[in-house]
Amino acid sequence: MATSGKLIQVKDLVKTFENRIHAIDHVSLDINQGDVVVIVGPSGSGKSTFLRSLNLLEEPTSGEVIFEGVNIAGKKVNIDAHRQKMGMVFQHFNLFPHLTILENMILAPMKVKKMPKQEAEGKALSLLARVGLEDRAHAYPIQLSGGQKQRVAIVRALCMEPEVMLFDEPTSALDPEMVGEVLEVMKSLARSGMTMVVVTHEMGFAREVATRVIFMDSGKIVEENPPEEFFAHPKSDRLKDFLAKVL
Amino acid sequence: MTFEFGKMAKYAFYFERGVLYTLLLSACTVAIGFVLALVVALIRISKPGKSTLSKAVNKALHLITGLYIEVIRGTPMLVQLMIVYYVLFGKGGFTAPKFMLFGFISGEHLIPGIIALSLNSGAYVAEIVRAGIQGIDYGQTEACRSLGMTKFQNMRYIVLPQAIKNILPAIANEFVTIIKESSICSVIGMQELMFNAKLVQGASFRPSEPLLLAAFLYLCMTVPTSKIIAYFERRMRRGDQR
Repeated sequence: MATSGKLIQVKDLVKTFENRIHAIDHVSLDINQGDVVVIVGPSGSGKSTFLRSLNLLEEPTSGEVIFEGVNIAGKKVNIDAHRQKMGMVFQHFNLFPHLTILENMILAPMKVKKMPKQEAEGKALSLLARVGLEDRAHAYPIQLSGGQKQRVAIVRALCMEPEVMLFDEPTSALDPEMVGEVLEVMKSLARSGMTMVVVTHEMGFAREVATRVIFMDSGKIVEENPPEEFFAHPKSDRLKDFLAKVL
Repeated sequence: MTFEFGKMAKYAFYFERGVLYTLLLSACTVAIGFVLALVVALIRISKPGKSTLSKAVNKALHLITGLYIEVIRGTPMLVQLMIVYYVLFGKGGFTAPKFMLFGFISGEHLIPGIIALSLNSGAYVAEIVRAGIQGIDYGQTEACRSLGMTKFQNMRYIVLPQAIKNILPAIANEFVTIIKESSICSVIGMQELMFNAKLVQGASFRPSEPLLLAAFLYLCMTVPTSKIIAYFERRMRRGDQR
């Protein structure tokens, strides 16, 4: 990347909902190549809204989201072209229930990147093998457990070879015994050098793999530090209070 | 009351023609009505773009489709049919093409009939389709768009296949309704099944048998239609089974 390692630059982002004031309140943040940024905070703090603003699922009220040098929050931007380089994983998986696992994975590469079917399938199968699900390629999403669904959702996004992966509370809808398998996949992804932005309540994950941890409250970034510092020496009272409750 | 269906044998020809006419009329109506419904439904769920022009166009389209649905649902089918036939295609109106199909289906009757029935069916099915599309979890759209697919691809590959699967029972119901409702076209002289049944009544001096036979023949068309759709519905439900 030519942009001196900066993959995403968020500048003075504001998101106002009709009835609520400032879901995101003038937030700026740089995300560098290879960063694993974990965003934590109480519910309603705007962390999911912020994450969803990065690929414009949530349209910012004002401010800039500069991805690979282009302000994708601008008016004349073909957002589809940029979204394909930003993988996203959702709390409720959002697999396509009418398609098999393999079909779920090859649809976007074939339709967006015009990849030949054989190539897309080969790629999808090798990614499935990486998460131990190659034998479920022809199953339908409903036949999978929650943890399996989320692993599929991750590799479905990876099929598009994104520059960055966005995770929106990827383990919050899972039964406790399935959280581990999804976190393992995310950890190995982080170790492979993928740039990641993760909204989560998994403090263990943040401590172990994050390069930076961000605490959001009331639509603002309250604190931002490497995990050791973040957890050992929280500065603001609100973060101390939050950590006391979740740890 | 005695029935002598044997006496109907020599009129079989009229019933055959009637069934063929009804099937052709219904099939055309189903196809055109569904396409119309799809377009209307997509307009009704569309959101305006950012420019003033796009907002104005969007508002106008919403107004037109809303009015269309209200008018069709709020007036009797019979009146709609007669307006299309006697006003729209009447003196000074459109001219229907003067072709002849199979030697007895005249374009001058068929075309207004198809148009009236399609306009009617389109309004009802549009609301079914709209509800079906809106019933699909928005997360599906978000997942699809986050992969870089366009609005159109999202509709085409993700939303519509799921929506159509969900509304198939309602659509089947509508298709069966069209076959039955098409009998109303006999009043404008379309020689479909009901018209010919009445014709046979007069020719044979038997009031009951032609009607009972017509009812039976309508059943022979409606029952397989719902069965065929039920089959497709089961096939499309594959993704729901564990």
